[in-house]
Amino acid sequence: MPTIVVEVMPKAEILDPQGKAVAGALTRLGHNQFSGVRIGKRFELTVDGPVTAETLAAAKTIAEDILSNSVIEDVVSISEAK
Amino acid sequence: MRVGVITFPGSLDERDAQRAVKLAGGTPVALWHGAHDLEGVEAIILPGGFSYGDYLRAGSIASHAPIMAEVIDAAHKGMPVLGICNGFQMLAEARLVPGAHGRNDCGTFVRRDQKLIVENNNTAWTKDFAQGEEIIIPLKNADGRFVADADTIKRIEDNGQVTFRYVGVNPNGSLDDIAGVSNKAGNVVGLMPHPEHAVEPGFGPDTAAAMRSGLDGLKFFTSVIQSTLLSKA
Repeated sequence: MPTIVVEVMPKAEILDPQGKAVAGALTRLGHNQFSGVRIGKRFELTVDGPVTAETLAAAKTIAEDILSNSVIEDVVSISEAK
Repeated sequence: MRVGVITFPGSLDERDAQRAVKLAGGTPVALWHGAHDLEGVEAIILPGGFSYGDYLRAGSIASHAPIMAEVIDAAHKGMPVLGICNGFQMLAEARLVPGAHGRNDCGTFVRRDQKLIVENNNTAWTKDFAQGEEIIIPLKNADGRFVADADTIKRIEDNGQVTFRYVGVNPNGSLDDIAGVSNKAGNVVGLMPHPEHAVEPGFGPDTAAAMRSGLDGLKFFTSVIQSTLLSKA
């Protein structure tokens, strides 16, 4: 099925306790080459029919209004899945 | 006075909120998230819990529930609305109060009897408190960290929209120790701690006088009844 992928990340200046907990675990496991982890969300929106300019525009609208909260998150990408 | 308490899928504390309304002298009215009907209530409480399992973001899916169209409309017209914990998250997601909520900075769920200072007693839900009064009510959340950008923080501090602040311990990393905020008009108030769990002897926080005797939450509910009576007079 045609799919649009929306990716959302916590804003850079916002503390990400989930990412911090994972980063702490990596350090404990000896993976010292990674100095930080931030965790975001990936949404896969299945489309009935082909992905068009209209469906991408609709995806942008819900990405900004529902899938993310602009106070704490940024929509970093909206694209058709390859 | 009829005070509506809305049940969402995953609400936990609606019965406690209804009982708090009753103990304060009001008539609780159970409302349902899926209805487009406020049943003639004069104030609304969005209770605590984990609506929709906190999926997507805490409170976000519930903020789009059918009844929220009526709640948002009534709030804009001045009806008192109180959001407690998950209800506060819904108010923020619905943009009825400023800010948003992130995961607690400690990374864990926190449950404690929390001291707060009443920073603004000129709201529909705080009129029975003294300005600067310190109260203790239970807090229990995982996503309680109040977040807003610097401009918003300055604006709400200047407008007196910071209604409650944590005292002693900031349990979740909220900016400026903010525990609760209101809209500009003061009819809509949201806070993370739970006043409805401190309204009845034997079930509240411990006090110096006796175990579980804390009743500091009751004034939220008497306040809204008083302020509604005054607005009719």
